[in-house]
Amino acid sequence: MRRMKLVAIGNGMAGIRTLEELLRVAPDLYEITVFGAEPHPNYNRILLSPVLAGEQRFEAIVLNDFRWYADHGITLHPGSKVTCVDRQARVVVSADGRQESYDRLLFATGSVPIRPPIPGTDLPGVLTFRDIADTQAMIEAAARHKDAVVIGGGLLGLEAANGLLARGMNVTVIHLAPWLMERQLDATAAALLQTSLEQRGLRFLLNTQAREIVADDAGRVGAVRLNDGAEVPAALVVLAVGIRPNDELARACGLHCERGIVVDDTMMTYDPRIYAVGECISHRGISYGLVAPLFEQAKVCANHLGHLGFARYTGSTVSTKLKVTGIDIFSAGHLGGDDGADEITLLDRGGAVYKKLVLKADRLIGSVLFGDTADSSWYSRLVKDETPIGELRGRLILGQPALGSSGHQGEQNAAALPDDFEVCGCNGVCKGTIVRAIKEKGLFTLDDVRKHTKASSSCGSCTGLVEQLLASVVGGAYQPRSASQTPVCECTDYTHEEVRRAIRDHELLSIPEALRFLEWRTPNGCATCRPALNYYLLCAWPGTYRDDPQSRLVNERAHANIQRDGTYSVVPRIYGGVTTPAQLRQIAEVAEKYAVPTVKITGGQRIDLLGVRKEDLPRVWADLGMPSGFAYGKSVRTVKTCVGSEWCRFGVQDSTRMGIELEQGLDRVWTPHKVKLGVSGCPRNCAESTIKDVGVVGVDSGWEIYVGGNGGTKAEVAQFLAKVALPAEAMEYTGAFLQLYREEARYLDRTSHWIHRVGLDYVKRRIVADAEGRKALYARLTEAQRDVPDPWALRVARRDPEFETISARDRYPSERNRNESMAESLPAR
Amino acid sequence: MSPWLRVCPLDDIPRLGARVVHTEIGDIAVFRNAEDEVFALADRCPHRGGPLSQGIVFDRRVACPLHGRTIHLESGEAQAPDDGCTRKYRVRIEKGVVHLNLQS
Repeated sequence: MRRMKLVAIGNGMAGIRTLEELLRVAPDLYEITVFGAEPHPNYNRILLSPVLAGEQRFEAIVLNDFRWYADHGITLHPGSKVTCVDRQARVVVSADGRQESYDRLLFATGSVPIRPPIPGTDLPGVLTFRDIADTQAMIEAAARHKDAVVIGGGLLGLEAANGLLARGMNVTVIHLAPWLMERQLDATAAALLQTSLEQRGLRFLLNTQAREIVADDAGRVGAVRLNDGAEVPAALVVLAVGIRPNDELARACGLHCERGIVVDDTMMTYDPRIYAVGECISHRGISYGLVAPLFEQAKVCANHLGHLGFARYTGSTVSTKLKVTGIDIFSAGHLGGDDGADEITLLDRGGAVYKKLVLKADRLIGSVLFGDTADSSWYSRLVKDETPIGELRGRLILGQPALGSSGHQGEQNAAALPDDFEVCGCNGVCKGTIVRAIKEKGLFTLDDVRKHTKASSSCGSCTGLVEQLLASVVGGAYQPRSASQTPVCECTDYTHEEVRRAIRDHELLSIPEALRFLEWRTPNGCATCRPALNYYLLCAWPGTYRDDPQSRLVNERAHANIQRDGTYSVVPRIYGGVTTPAQLRQIAEVAEKYAVPTVKITGGQRIDLLGVRKEDLPRVWADLGMPSGFAYGKSVRTVKTCVGSEWCRFGVQDSTRMGIELEQGLDRVWTPHKVKLGVSGCPRNCAESTIKDVGVVGVDSGWEIYVGGNGGTKAEVAQFLAKVALPAEAMEYTGAFLQLYREEARYLDRTSHWIHRVGLDYVKRRIVADAEGRKALYARLTEAQRDVPDPWALRVARRDPEFETISARDRYPSERNRNESMAESLPAR
Repeated sequence: MSPWLRVCPLDDIPRLGARVVHTEIGDIAVFRNAEDEVFALADRCPHRGGPLSQGIVFDRRVACPLHGRTIHLESGEAQAPDDGCTRKYRVRIEKGVVHLNLQS
């Protein structure tokens, strides 16, 4: 069968990204030919600013070298500009006389700089800032001349000005509007930006129009004449007044264009054989000039070119970052100043910090930050996901650290950190390593950085810092992924919610069935999606779904926590933390019998036997004769208690008893992530209830229930849910809350993450206001718990090969090889 | 003396799982994937020595249970961009029984 022919016009970031996505979903569908007007392979256009500033080499910004095209069977014609498309004959013709027929055509022709309608823009020495050739010409001019003028004080103009300044030129920026970057910044932020750029040595002429570019005696550019007749000397002029979609070729072949090639939500043009992506398109009337939306379009376009046909592009919320080293500035969404929107501002002129948040109808719709962009990703996501602000409002301007978060060491300005600053404390990754990887490997997303550097890939507490670094290097090309659109993993484009809904609506009863129905790209998923699917199925079909041990992480398969040396830890259930001398004696005997190396009290008030070999686990459990404490699972771990009114002279409620009942009532249920509880017998809160997923605090008249607390990676204070009078009510509210979390959170969401997304108001509506719904939720939780045996007892009663090894020591006769112990194989640090 | 060592019947290894074989030269993980292909690797992740036998198996890969490094079962190599390699051993199935050759 002849493969279909796909021709791409444009060899830039949008076009090639589309091909990369296409190769991922349909590697063998097309014979692909690419025409590129530039003589280069695909390179990282957004890094031209650091190249101009001398912070980056040209060679390092290539994203796909010539070999990549060859390796993927793609024919590339570099330096070959397409001049004509014949849609009847389905042929494209290039200036250098090539002809190529197509079955599908992809327009990715990018944009062209706008030339202001003034005399002299064609003089030698007048440049735009668009591609490698422009950048090279600017670098050469900077080496020979002294005075430069940049016309246009937008993002690109300022980056050009900063680069030329770094190369030793005197630079004046002429800008028509009353303040810089007026489309992204308000007057306050722009003034701060201007001050800091002036301190570096840039000159600005605002509210100013260039009337003419004047030649010198040699016929090169010599000066820029302004509206008031004054002249600014210039041996180099950079035009940066804006870009427009490059739709000339599309217009010429009769494709419908407005300001850009008009496409629908599938990236298809008015000719069903022709698709378009990138800066050349007009989608719902908007053209995007940033990389992140281009990548989203590429994904959708590939989905349709690859005959999957379900993805939709509905537009992007974009945020802006200025890529000027050492200046942190960010803007997303609305700038404010319009009716019906509230503004929260924080201004510290002396410290050069400014933050503005724009809110409307309990949603964040925009933000402008200067000098402290630590929270830019967070604000970006709140805007994108239209997260209800509710209770956050009072703390919003203070940023995420005000919600409590450890890990970024109080740093507000990642761009200013030294290269040897350790960003990721789990994997020991420094800022310099991350920045180098982003630049040299062409990374754009958090996932990319995690994969290549391991930073932010373990506990995630440094994620904010890593995001800041990404944004400071690639600018607006880094757009934090909207949480609502994140696919489960690389095997699929479906989100967690879509997968859960499909499991329920289409009665998918097993992992293979779900993979088939949802057209997974991999034969049996991966280590990310299989545990998630297993949990979703278990939650959807309690009592009937047969748990798949091979889709569980080892801890939940072995019912013990794996340690760094491959041994396991055993934590028996001690309800509420109340034990007896006989029980302690039993534990002690087991610890001695199996020569357990370490016996430790855990953070959750339980006893941990560490260093047990896997094959000993069933015997250890049998000898203990205690139920599993689930200290290894995504499940209810422990309920921490204080002694409460039974002994404590301050206690007003029997918190110990409440804790025991809660732990029994929530035992043996799997949850999206670990769940920790605390019960305190008075408001002194000795059980630290306010940093638990569910915290219960006894007061004289009953119990206060708090939810969504977290004491770990991201310290977070639990929020008040309800006050009840009786222990049975506390049980019902807690159970209902956890069941709602079980049914609606994503796998690996802690309660705090989930509540941030759905809003506490929603939780209150479902748990507090809706008594009937609450009771139903609680009933479903008890149903899920019913007849679930204790996992340890089950494995003691029934032989499980999981815990058996095969010995071949006495059956191998040959020469002895080196037996490297695990300790020896540890890398030197 | 044949260098091939009888391990166990194929059905004693769970699909998308592994068994550990203790040998004179250390622990070896014998994997079985969904297609009933069998692979053997030293039971030590090149990253920090984690027991690969305990990881989640998918396609022809396994994710180490300690820190999630993905290792290719047929080559023992870590999946790019990670690097490192664990030793691989030859395996074959005869009459439904898995045999392992320790002369890698």
